[in-house]
Amino acid sequence: MASTVSEVAEVTRPEQVALRSSLWHEAFLRLKKKRLAMVGLVFLLVMAVVCFIGPFFSPYASGKINTAMINKPPSFSHWLGTDSLGRDILTRLMQAGRISLTVGIASMVLSVSIGALLGALAGFYRGWVDQVIMRVADVLMTIPGLPLLFIMGAVLSEWKIPTDYRIYIVMVMLSLIGWPGLARMVRSQMLTLRESEFMQAAEVLGLRDRRKLFFHLLPNLTPLLIVVATLNVGGAILSESVLSYFGLGVVPPTPTWGNMMDAANTLIDFQKRPWLWVPPGIAIFATVISINLLGDGLRDALDPKQKR
Amino acid sequence: MNALVEIQNLSTYFKSEQGVVKAVDALELRVHEGETVCIVGESGCGKSAAAMSLMRLIPEAVGSIVSGEIWFAGRDLRKVSKEEMRKLRGNELAMIFQEPMSSLNPVLTIGEQIMEPIMEHQGLSKKAAQARAIELIELVGIPRAKEIAKSYPYELSGGMLQRIMIAIAISCNPRLLIADEPTTALDVTIQAQILDLLRKIKDEAQTAILFITHDLGVVAEMADHVVVMYAGKVVEVSPVVELFEEPKHPYTQGLLRSKPVLNQRRAKLYSIPGQVPNPTTLGESCYFHDRCDQCLDICRVKQPPLRDGGDGRKVACWLYEEESVRGQ
Ligand SMILES: Nc1ncnc2c1ncn2[C@@H]1O[C@H](COP(=O)(O)OP(=O)(O)OP(=O)(O)O)[C@@H](O)[C@H]1O
Ligand code: SF4
Ligand SMILES: [Mg+2]
Repeated sequence: MASTVSEVAEVTRPEQVALRSSLWHEAFLRLKKKRLAMVGLVFLLVMAVVCFIGPFFSPYASGKINTAMINKPPSFSHWLGTDSLGRDILTRLMQAGRISLTVGIASMVLSVSIGALLGALAGFYRGWVDQVIMRVADVLMTIPGLPLLFIMGAVLSEWKIPTDYRIYIVMVMLSLIGWPGLARMVRSQMLTLRESEFMQAAEVLGLRDRRKLFFHLLPNLTPLLIVVATLNVGGAILSESVLSYFGLGVVPPTPTWGNMMDAANTLIDFQKRPWLWVPPGIAIFATVISINLLGDGLRDALDPKQKR
Repeated sequence: MNALVEIQNLSTYFKSEQGVVKAVDALELRVHEGETVCIVGESGCGKSAAAMSLMRLIPEAVGSIVSGEIWFAGRDLRKVSKEEMRKLRGNELAMIFQEPMSSLNPVLTIGEQIMEPIMEHQGLSKKAAQARAIELIELVGIPRAKEIAKSYPYELSGGMLQRIMIAIAISCNPRLLIADEPTTALDVTIQAQILDLLRKIKDEAQTAILFITHDLGVVAEMADHVVVMYAGKVVEVSPVVELFEEPKHPYTQGLLRSKPVLNQRRAKLYSIPGQVPNPTTLGESCYFHDRCDQCLDICRVKQPPLRDGGDGRKVACWLYEEESVRGQ
């Protein structure tokens, strides 16, 4: 069986093969046409670069307390003014951005991994695996998220968990209550995919379950996962901000956008010193909006079937 | 000589809302090494159900094999473990389907999909599997194999995809290749090319082929032996030439009435008057009796057994039974 039978081959259409724009490339081209999504993407990239690189160029990066410069309004030396301890707001805003973005992305990775894995297992194996996973998901979904986080935040303070570790615990907490929504979506997609003709056809290849699950089924869900992951980052940033604002998440002196907003807590700061809380407020708002715009754009770009 | 596949008394039933569907009813089938056996019959007569039973891929939720033995290379496939069965599939037992367009995973490249069974069953490294995949693409007659390996299913035509399906099926040098109407969805010229390719594989690799079709023209081109099925039962078994020269069973005669000449393609199925019986209400009669123009009294009350004529042919019809056996 060594020779070929090219004499019976039909001619391949050359333009088709030459046009080997992969699925990803095409999706990116579609995304590029979405003005708002691109604005979101560019904003996020600029934001990330500024937050991660900016502090290196700031003379105030040490965050030293300067009693001579307390609560000064914006000026040439301090573009966004200083806070109640005389620290530069702009520098802290950038440092906070690092943490908020990192927390958002890390808890997204964790919750998307958990959600995708559990949803995939439930949809693939069905039966009791499905029952157990989905009942746990149901229970988690009935628990209102914020009160639970408040309680856990309070418990963490009570137990005197070192403040440096709080941030990691907050991330894990956010992920642990964040997965059921995605798990449900992945499960229902899995149930459909399982019955698809190509998976039926793949049955005759004698592949292992693990291979079918991770190599054949999950890649079909990549678009869904990307969109959910993007939107999740926004959600996680918001949750972290809320927690930190109430002093339950990341604790000062480590800055986050949430705990910087804490300044708005006192009436005099709120009324007389808007430079304390407006910048972090705008940062949260603009970042989350950008993420949502990008997520919506990705949804359309990755799923051309869903045309409106 | 022992057969590669020997199916005895195989029955596969489906549960449906109207009742139990005897999709395969006491099937007998034999395929020798290097031989092509065609299963012919109208739509719904249980051809696919028979093939899926052999692969042990009848979905548990809707149906099951209720009796019989499926001997493959000395093993009864009904008795091997799930894990052993998995190792046979894609390896010694391969299968291709009717719809090449939807039988491949849309998000994996052609190359990746060919590599899958090779890495699983032959334990080849990724690199070696890649090289083998490209070899296989060339082998099934597609030029520029390297580029094709990197493309996605939606970039290829139906005929090319069916070649790819064949490449996947033969990747581990199977002993039996089951082809379930592999050309039905393709146009006629492409169909001829695919049949050529399958014949070439059979000749060069001595792969036994179980070919399912309802097209007698394809039977004439492909088969060594023919098994005619009607309503889940085998009604006639015969070497191909004898079957076309002298069909015995009235159903086979009906199928051939449109006179497809041996070695001539495109003979469409002559439609026999009447309809395939409702599979849930089959009684004790010959299932074909209400469409048969030679029906006898006994046909309405008793099923004819599949009788070996001693000349390599078998037929299940009272016309070929001795008077004494027919009784009455
Ligand atoms: N999943 C299923 N659930 C219930 N009944 C089924 C199922 N699959 C097949 N059947 C029934 O079993 C019988 C045989 O079906 P099968 O698919 O084997 O026919 P076939 O000969 O392959 O027909 P075709 O030429 O249309 O492919 C039919 O009556 C069909 O209704
Ligand atoms: S057994 Fe009777 S009814 Fe059935 S095919 Fe033969 S002659 Fe016709
Ligand atoms: Mg079929």
